[in-house]
Amino acid sequence: MDLSTLNVDTAREAVQLRKTTAMALVESFYEKIQKEDGLIGAYLTLCKERAMAQADRMDRMAAEGKTLPPLGGVPVAVKDVMCTAEVRTTAGSKVLGNFIPPYDSTAVARLEAAGAIVLGKLNCDEFAMGSSNENSAFHPVRNPRDPSRVPGGSSGGSAAAVAADMAVVTLGSDTGGSIRQPASFCGVVGMMPTYGRVSRYGLIAFASSLDHIGPFARNVKDAATVLRTIAGRDPMDATSADIPVPDYVAELDKPVRGLRVGMAKEYFGDGLDTEVRSAVEAAIQKLAQVGCEVIPVSLPHTEYAIPTYYIVATAEASSNLARYDGVRYGYRAKNLRTLSDMYRRTRDEGFGAEVKRRIMLGTYVLSAGYYDAYYLKAQKVRTLLTRDFEEAFQKVDAIVTPTSPTAAFKLGEKANDPLAMYLADIYTVTADLAGIPGISVPCGETREKLPIGLQILGRHFDEATVLRLAHAHQQSARAA
Amino acid sequence: MSVNEADVRYVADLANLELTEEERAHMVRDLNSILSYMGRLNELNTEDVPPMAQVSERFGVDTAKQGSERFSYASREDVLEGLSTSLPHEKALANAPDADENFFTVPKVIER
Repeated sequence: MDLSTLNVDTAREAVQLRKTTAMALVESFYEKIQKEDGLIGAYLTLCKERAMAQADRMDRMAAEGKTLPPLGGVPVAVKDVMCTAEVRTTAGSKVLGNFIPPYDSTAVARLEAAGAIVLGKLNCDEFAMGSSNENSAFHPVRNPRDPSRVPGGSSGGSAAAVAADMAVVTLGSDTGGSIRQPASFCGVVGMMPTYGRVSRYGLIAFASSLDHIGPFARNVKDAATVLRTIAGRDPMDATSADIPVPDYVAELDKPVRGLRVGMAKEYFGDGLDTEVRSAVEAAIQKLAQVGCEVIPVSLPHTEYAIPTYYIVATAEASSNLARYDGVRYGYRAKNLRTLSDMYRRTRDEGFGAEVKRRIMLGTYVLSAGYYDAYYLKAQKVRTLLTRDFEEAFQKVDAIVTPTSPTAAFKLGEKANDPLAMYLADIYTVTADLAGIPGISVPCGETREKLPIGLQILGRHFDEATVLRLAHAHQQSARAA
Repeated sequence: MSVNEADVRYVADLANLELTEEERAHMVRDLNSILSYMGRLNELNTEDVPPMAQVSERFGVDTAKQGSERFSYASREDVLEGLSTSLPHEKALANAPDADENFFTVPKVIER
């Protein structure tokens, strides 16, 4: 079976029409994972029993001639920051190395209610902190397009699994770019919906005002199908929006002619690799050719996005990670003398270097005497950044940019310079800060055959326009 | 604002992290480098700018309402198990590093 030809529709149809069985699909994927994941490292845990039980359910439905639900029989996988009941969930950390959640995250529950088969849990940077998947406590993930390079992060496993045909679609999370950037590095589609579009219930929290769950796929249509399944109000997440979910799939084929597309000059300045620039400019040309109006816009506070992000995100992380104290679950240090010993040594031994660095930063910027200068200031700049987008969206319907200033870098290249690693997020953090949706779609390769990503940003809750443009781009790129 | 080892010790105490001496040294270097970069936010005048404390506040919320009234859509009746069933006792204890049938067990809390 050629797994690379499968998408959500063809997989589901094959099971529905009994051209194959869900069980056979699952076995093929596990065989592929067995053969190739030793090199790539995308998976941390396989949940074979759960997968086979779901596959069996779908096969019975098909045998009885019943219509399968929208993702019926489709093998998927989920970043290990989303809780799966009775299946180990680690957040890529030693601190949760043996944690077995007693409940499912809403996103996973919705996927399974729609018939999807969860194959396993995907590797990621520890607590979703990183841009290269080198910060996993277990092992790094390698880019399937060039295994000497990073897949991007923090959802490196989610991107790599789709790129290497080890799942049809996957879920990842994005706080500063962690869906879009690895999608760009691995040559797949990665979508971050509007903040509050998808419930965060069961998502192991990094930064509560910045975390988003979203899909990875080869095709924009698959991403739209998955988003339609997982989006929507969830009473278990007070920040999930009470706004109806459009049929994103039906929206895809609406014409893009007449849509106004903004090119923000701040995203095409210094530091942008020439090959990435050419590929993105060519893609924008293509959009103009199919009838979009390309309009220059300015997002003047862009240069302040990284410091803003790293203050807000680390502050929220320092608070969210305070729960890892060795008391109720997770790692606990040995040979303890006192309670204080337990807290301090558990956390120092359990957390990796990047996580500790961010906890320290976050604690510092929230501490007495520094709160106003850093955290409060950053929250005000966040308002300015959001206003930049709101003003731009009065003139345009979407903004197109490169996803990342470069293509995938080599493993170890940025490991010793945390600030250099942070600066690589320059084009992605703005959307997280403003809460707007964004997608990365492949738009060419470098001379070294490394994928390049085109990012499309949209208004709050206007995923339909973002997906429509992304779909149009993908169609024209394939026709070429 | 530059950070020295005493600052790192103080912050590590607040964060409940028992850093080793080597970790402390690296932390001084890393924090200084990152914090000095963050200092550029001071180039911006934000005197009349409200902080963005809630992302959700910008949409779907009735701004005519005040305070927690705005988020009434997110609240529910205070009824036992109105939203979901409580975790059974054994499940709640299942991941504990150390527990008896009733409680999580930890090293002594009060020093004598």
